Amino acid sequence: MRIVWRRDLIRFTTDRMRIAMMLIQPLLFLFVLGAGLQTLAAASTDGVDLKTFIFPGILCMALVFSAMFNAISLVMDREFGFLREMLVAPVRRSSIVVGKCLGGATVASLQGVILLALAGFVDVPYDPVLLLGLFGLQLLIAFTVTAFGVMVAVRIKQIQTFTTVMQMLVMPLFFLSGALYPVSGLPTWLEVLTRLNPLTYAVDPMRRLVFNHLDISEAARRALDPGVTWFGWRVPTLLEVGIVLALGLAMMAVAISQFTRTE
Amino acid sequence: MNTSTPPTIEVAGLTKTYGEVEAVRGVSFTVARGEVFGFLGPNGAGKSTTINMLCTLARPTSGTARVSGFDVAGERDDVRRHIGLVFQDQTLDGYLTAEQNLRLHAELYGIDPGVIGARMDQMLEMVDLADRRDGKVMTFSGGMRRRLEIARGLMHSPRVLFLDEPTIGLDPQTRSSIWRYIRALQETEGTTIFMTTHYMDEAEFCDRIAIIDRGEIVVLDTPAALKASVGADRVTLGTADDAAALAALRDRFGIEAAMAEGAVTFHVDAGEAFVPRLFAELGVAITSVAVSRPTLDDVFMRYTGSTIRDAETASASDLSRATMRVLSGARR
Repeated sequence: MRIVWRRDLIRFTTDRMRIAMMLIQPLLFLFVLGAGLQTLAAASTDGVDLKTFIFPGILCMALVFSAMFNAISLVMDREFGFLREMLVAPVRRSSIVVGKCLGGATVASLQGVILLALAGFVDVPYDPVLLLGLFGLQLLIAFTVTAFGVMVAVRIKQIQTFTTVMQMLVMPLFFLSGALYPVSGLPTWLEVLTRLNPLTYAVDPMRRLVFNHLDISEAARRALDPGVTWFGWRVPTLLEVGIVLALGLAMMAVAISQFTRTE
Repeated sequence: MNTSTPPTIEVAGLTKTYGEVEAVRGVSFTVARGEVFGFLGPNGAGKSTTINMLCTLARPTSGTARVSGFDVAGERDDVRRHIGLVFQDQTLDGYLTAEQNLRLHAELYGIDPGVIGARMDQMLEMVDLADRRDGKVMTFSGGMRRRLEIARGLMHSPRVLFLDEPTIGLDPQTRSSIWRYIRALQETEGTTIFMTTHYMDEAEFCDRIAIIDRGEIVVLDTPAALKASVGADRVTLGTADDAAALAALRDRFGIEAAMAEGAVTFHVDAGEAFVPRLFAELGVAITSVAVSRPTLDDVFMRYTGSTIRDAETASASDLSRATMRVLSGARR
């Protein structure tokens, strides 16, 4: 298990190109889209910069991309044969899956740290408690997303198929998550969809954590960080975190059972 | 072979069917400790399927197999700990260095961290890759990768090393050096080697060979005994009219000749002395003639009725066999 985890780490640290490439997209969203839309949004954000608002969302997006990318390596291993080396070793299949999930979580979170370092540029304070909290959430989200990716990857034999499936899933997840807009006062259909999207429950605690450390007006807080509600009941942060963790564990369990069954 | 110690590999009535296709139909054999045992046959004969079952990668449909005393179906992890594998397709991680690949393997097999370094040095030395230990595997040539895979398969000092077509697609020089390692290994570590090949000349290096065809073992013996069993020399004829030549051989000499690789081929004692008679009495124009001492090719032909290359051409056009390969490939 530790070995599978370490292998992901070695590969990550030796692949600087990948680290750089994976950063481009979140940076585009954050600084280009964020700055561009700021002029439109200024009227309604009560003085809070749009970039500050979408920062937690972009962190999540970066995690999703990078964790999914890590899950691809399982498909690559299958296609390039390395998976066989692991399958014939006297180790349990479950430990391969667990190692993969933890490896993906670590790698994605490390990447997230680079984005965290940019917090100052979007008016998010460098508060150690905040940063630690965000890092913890990153680990959790990255774990769940990798578990999801691995679950899908176990069934797929070709890289092209996997990337197509990922494209199909990642973008809707991202757009329906509240990463780019507050999840209250939406049209009903959209509200329902966001509540069904697991990523919503990952973005919300992150945003809450960031806003807890911002010095802004009460009105702005209410407008921008309304929290996720179920039929008018505000879902507590702890439950949101619990949902993400439970989902991650459940998907990992599915991945393990499928992986163990393949001959 | 030495019969006092229990055999390292013991196989009885092993079969494997994929749907309708019988890939392996009841093979039985034993391999003694320290033996180099070769499985010889055309592609699609069931070699890889058999090796997969012995390595616990495929479950036998029926029959039993014990490797190093452990049952391949019931004691998978024990079997796995005691075997090393070199597959037909490479299974290295190209993004890691040679050393990282070996270390990863050592850790997967739970080797004591204190001895990994020394063992790694020894193995890299053996396959002449010590100077490339920090090179990324994706920069290695096919021969280097194969050598590294052999080194890796041996990291955990397995009792049995399985080599599935270890020299396929390699140049003759690399092939001979790989054979040198295999021999050295058998001498220094007493490792039992089980390998498949479809190169006849390589099968000569084995202590014993089993010829497998259409999922069954047709004969099993030492290369020398197999060649002796053929006995006669092989005569290959090019003629103006092959059909007439076949008929004439049957009628005038009582010889059942066959077409192999496009030439009339038959076996006869004292081939050189026979050729002049042939020219005098055959009655069909002869365009070329060759006489050769028996090789394993002849052994193969004698027991299966075709040369290994003809068997492959035939099996390539055989739809059910092609399906079987696809199936077995998909189940990896």
